[in-house]
Amino acid sequence: MNKNSGKKESLWRNNGFQTIAASLLCIIIGLLVGYIVLLIINPGGAGKAILAIIKNFLYYPSAAAAMKYFGTTLVKASALLMCSLSVLFAYKVGLFNIGAAGQYVAGAGACLYFGLYHGMPWYVCLLAAVAMAAVAGGISGALKAYFNVNEVISCIMLNWIGLYCVNMLLSLVKEQSTPYTKSLSSTNKSALLPNLGMEQLFSKNEFVTIGVPLAVVMAIIVWVVLEKTKFGYELKATGMNKQAAKYCGMKEKRNIILTMMIAGGLAGFGAGIFYLTGIEQWMVQQTSVPAMGFNGIAAAFLGGLNPIGTIFSSYFIQHITSGGTYVDKTMYCTQISDLISAFIIYLCGFVLFFKIWLNRILDKREEKRAAGGQEAVKEQEAAKGQKGGRA
Amino acid sequence: MLLLIQYTLIFASVLVLVALGGCFSEHSGVINIGLEGIMVMGALGGALMMKYLPAGMAAPVIILAVILASVAVGMIFSLLLGVAAIQFKADQTLVGTALNLLGPAAAVVLVRAINTAESVDNVSSTVAYGQAKKSFIVNMGRFEFNWFMLIALLLLVASYIVLYKTKFGLRLCACGEHPQAADSVGINVYKMRYAGVLISGGLGGLGGLVYITAGVSEWKFENGVAGFGFLALAVMIFGQWKPVNIGLAALLFGLFRALSNVYTGFDALVALKLPSTVYNMLPYIISLVVLVFVSKKSRAPKAEGIPYDKGQR
Repeated sequence: MNKNSGKKESLWRNNGFQTIAASLLCIIIGLLVGYIVLLIINPGGAGKAILAIIKNFLYYPSAAAAMKYFGTTLVKASALLMCSLSVLFAYKVGLFNIGAAGQYVAGAGACLYFGLYHGMPWYVCLLAAVAMAAVAGGISGALKAYFNVNEVISCIMLNWIGLYCVNMLLSLVKEQSTPYTKSLSSTNKSALLPNLGMEQLFSKNEFVTIGVPLAVVMAIIVWVVLEKTKFGYELKATGMNKQAAKYCGMKEKRNIILTMMIAGGLAGFGAGIFYLTGIEQWMVQQTSVPAMGFNGIAAAFLGGLNPIGTIFSSYFIQHITSGGTYVDKTMYCTQISDLISAFIIYLCGFVLFFKIWLNRILDKREEKRAAGGQEAVKEQEAAKGQKGGRA
Repeated sequence: MLLLIQYTLIFASVLVLVALGGCFSEHSGVINIGLEGIMVMGALGGALMMKYLPAGMAAPVIILAVILASVAVGMIFSLLLGVAAIQFKADQTLVGTALNLLGPAAAVVLVRAINTAESVDNVSSTVAYGQAKKSFIVNMGRFEFNWFMLIALLLLVASYIVLYKTKFGLRLCACGEHPQAADSVGINVYKMRYAGVLISGGLGGLGGLVYITAGVSEWKFENGVAGFGFLALAVMIFGQWKPVNIGLAALLFGLFRALSNVYTGFDALVALKLPSTVYNMLPYIISLVVLVFVSKKSRAPKAEGIPYDKGQR
């Protein structure tokens, strides 16, 4: 009995387990708040609406249709995963990459420009997306390293500058009558990512491409780089203490710039594997930065800042975001899922406190048990008589 | 030209208000990245107040009610940051970012719910307030004087006095520079930080209201406030966390923002044949350039961003 509870305790003590518990708690509270908001707006359909959000593609009764929309959700989730890896990578080095959104935009602009205007094949477009986004990230990094400009503010400014620049650039490849760019499938088929037969698994959903497994592979690579290489260790050390890193002979300025370039490249890769499937065309009159990069922040923190964890959290965030489109629109709007994911980010701020609080409770319980155990021993001692007890 | 001055002044008023908000919060030691979201919520409060106020009320009453609504909503919303950052020692950048996402999402959900409740076909996220907005504006010949310009100026002067000439302001600054020292002489750091965050919430909310009433008479909440909260933070850094400098910095940034609205009125600028997008980008580019020059010798409050822990020495 005692041994059993001891094992359970060690599970609660486990940092990874605590992180998962905290994330699940965030999700539950987030959904609960969403449900309450729905109740306030219209009590009649709140239960149905929150179920629609949670069910997402399961909304379709036929398995084939559900599989098809599952594929679409996966495609979007893979782009989101890359954005959240971008945020995560920078955060591990002590930088808050709120510019993932802008870097994503830069990547989208570059890959669509090369695909539509120059008719390049997909791998060139993908590389262009990564390079362009890395430059966008690198600017923030350089400003931080050399001029001490707060990376959050420079990233936000670059988000807007990037959005307007990309709108101008992609006006070159706009359809005549609509504000959207030409579609890749009609203009340049070679720029579409190859499917390798994966569309068969998802009821002929041609948007499911090698992008999805590539994103997962990237998550694993990021984990390996951060946890298992000297390079990752150096970057993390720079993030912990810039001065100490410099003292140890690390090039702290180079590390900051490199980090932001890698973070940018990751976000750009996400844009590439999203737009090069042809799933969406860019709207050149867009006046707001796509939400993908900001949702990436939610996914990164919900995943406990672990690359493997973000695979699951990105999928979850995309799942409820897509699910938002299935709510009854005569009563509610799709942005309810944005509200839920925003609230989940907010709750992620409490994770540290949650862990401290949990550990404190565990400490107290252990103390109590230790005290209780001592008393039991004393009683035994009393029964045996003092002499025997002491020996 | 007159139009340029008018727009410069009104945008500068927005920036002054929001930047002062950020200034109060940071002087107390809490980084308020969430000003953007607070602006949206304040704007929402003000817009809904304007929408629901009965027509035909006296102008001063309308002005007061609308201001109170946006300040109150801004303050309540900023409490989310206060509680998380002060009570629960959360990462301030993270929570601020959450506010930025939460604000627009909540505003859109709320406005759409109201619109849909009014008529099922109306799924827009727009609030119209043309009638009530007129009470803010006094026409002086061709110049539209907006009461908010005066209010912003008064609040700027008041902030200077509060921060540098009152016990409260000096204590607030102490909490942002060295909270342990402040605590040791009997200042309640938590209370001061709450005060800082609440003031920034009120000012940010008011700034949001001024922003949406500058020039237009209805607002689509899906657009948020287009990075103005962050521009205000750039203004604050450019102003080195000092009210007077913030006022001057806001005028400069306001000018560039106003250019994108009225550049068609200048023959010299039209002759350049730049696409309008360039003018839209201008405030953001300028702020990046400015930040490059001023960030190196930044006078940021020393303890900003660090949660106060009583036990720490």
